[in-house]
Amino acid sequence: MTNTASTESKLPEAPGAALEPTKPAGGVKDVRSPKPGKARKPADRPNVVGGALGWIWLGIIILPIYYIVITSFRTSEDLRANNQLIPSSEPTIAPFIRVIENDFFQFFLNSVVVTLSTVAAVLAVSLMAAYYITRATTFGGNRLFQLILLGIAIPVQATIIPVYYLIRELGLYDTLWALILPQIAFAIPLSVLIIVNFVRDIPNELFESMRVDGAGEWKILWSLVLPMAKPALMTVGIYQALQVWNGFLFPLVLTQSREVRVIPLSLWEYQGQFGIDVPATLAAVVLSAVPLLIAYILGRRYIVAGLTAGFSK
Amino acid sequence: MTATASSDTSVGGKATGQRRQGPSFLMALPAVLFFGFFALIPLGGVLAISFMEWNVLGSPSWVGLDNWDAVLTDRPFTWRALGLTVIFVVGSYLFQAPVALLLGVFMAGQQRYRALLSVLYFLPLLFSSVAVGLTFQSLFSPYYGISSALPFEWLPHDWLANPDIVMYVMIFVVGWCFVPFHALLYQAGVRQIPTDMFEAATIDGAGRVRTFFSITLPQLRYTIITSSTLMLVGSLTYFDLIFVLTGGQPQDSVRILPLDMYITGFSANNLGYASVIAVILVAIGLSMSLLLNKLSGSTKMESDKAGA
Repeated sequence: MTNTASTESKLPEAPGAALEPTKPAGGVKDVRSPKPGKARKPADRPNVVGGALGWIWLGIIILPIYYIVITSFRTSEDLRANNQLIPSSEPTIAPFIRVIENDFFQFFLNSVVVTLSTVAAVLAVSLMAAYYITRATTFGGNRLFQLILLGIAIPVQATIIPVYYLIRELGLYDTLWALILPQIAFAIPLSVLIIVNFVRDIPNELFESMRVDGAGEWKILWSLVLPMAKPALMTVGIYQALQVWNGFLFPLVLTQSREVRVIPLSLWEYQGQFGIDVPATLAAVVLSAVPLLIAYILGRRYIVAGLTAGFSK
Repeated sequence: MTATASSDTSVGGKATGQRRQGPSFLMALPAVLFFGFFALIPLGGVLAISFMEWNVLGSPSWVGLDNWDAVLTDRPFTWRALGLTVIFVVGSYLFQAPVALLLGVFMAGQQRYRALLSVLYFLPLLFSSVAVGLTFQSLFSPYYGISSALPFEWLPHDWLANPDIVMYVMIFVVGWCFVPFHALLYQAGVRQIPTDMFEAATIDGAGRVRTFFSITLPQLRYTIITSSTLMLVGSLTYFDLIFVLTGGQPQDSVRILPLDMYITGFSANNLGYASVIAVILVAIGLSMSLLLNKLSGSTKMESDKAGA
């Protein structure tokens, strides 16, 4: 119990705080350490507006999720005949079986392959770039950084047509490569930004001492930069994994056949395929969210921090 | 660490062996190649294709300003789509910003139940846009959705089929997805405000409302700018959910620019026209980011990095 509580209150600080090394030293750190709970706010009167909104919003969030869960455990006839917001009196897992029999695991596997390869490549490539940007003495470390940062503002949607052209010309249309390669590229700017802010904080002496010992750049990358940047890599990895796992536009435009279908696109296709079989469609929706739900339960702190790390300054 | 390092003078080490020398450009090369090829070239490419005729199957060929002329002058729908986009962007902002701000402040409180609520608020972020789309599609269905489940006669049965309300439904559903994310940003922002400031305000006799407007809001200005930029540019280019839920229908009443681009390009196979729309989107998006950055009177993000 105490455990949960402390996790709770430290939530924004965990990996997030470490990502803000450039903050001036003034009072940021001890925000809550001295007197937790008390006197944060004029807490005498309850916050009526916030409280009301908080509970209303909870209802707004929960209702649709509740609806898809109960609907995925009933039959189509049941759905039409009874009140839709009351769980079926005869729950069934048949909708889930129909989804699984329709190659759900194949699509799941595709999503895993695409997500893991994209994230692994993004992390490797961005870490190397961050090392160069922060330590380059030759030319353009900073200029390169500015250029890459520009990429954060490029809307993916607006470049999808040329990306489609390039992928087709490369002969990669309708392959998993078509999903992996562009998504690596579009993940680089934000990843580099977060990792650079972290790598920059590694003390100069550590680099110097390694160099004196004759370590080359790869050695330094592997035994100094990588271990020191681990928290940043973790955050970036989680953020980008969520983006890729749930991404819809690239699969929609760049793939077509069943063999390379990823989960979001499969949901879209199930809808057409199952037609009026609403429980099966919603069972697919539920199944698609289960892996992330498990990840969320296991590593909520990291996921929350990972999601906001790039933006909460 | 040092022990192993001295024994290993690899090829890379020799190349950059002198003291005080940084890593070679080789380190940045993969990132530059990926980014250049799949992000920068397409950015130029979309401009190029906007001057070409290309109907997916064939090869693109130059047609000069024809596409631009056609899209901007001979196609009244472009302006309607632009108008719809403005309504969608402004509406989304007016819905998401206050709710996210209030929720974020609420979540930042120390009470135990608020922490639990925060855990639940996060759930929409775990669903893909298609999943959310399918969820609301059945929830808003006239036959088996909330309208038939709830005993309220006044609830509309044609949430997604009525051109007069579908835009508001879209603004709500998109808000359902994105409010949690922005609330998280605000929560983190509020928690970084030094406690002393709240204490001082309390001692000075400021009430809750006064504290909110005199301390919380001004202290959150960077979070507000970041969150606003993401909201505005995000909804300007938003595509997924509206596509899944409506495809722009009924009567094209939610066919905002990004969706218009997709339909024109990949359903109507006119990639030239679609590229014109895409260029317009990029232009509006970039100017909006720049403007917001200027308005904020600071290049905080940049100055943070440029230093050191």
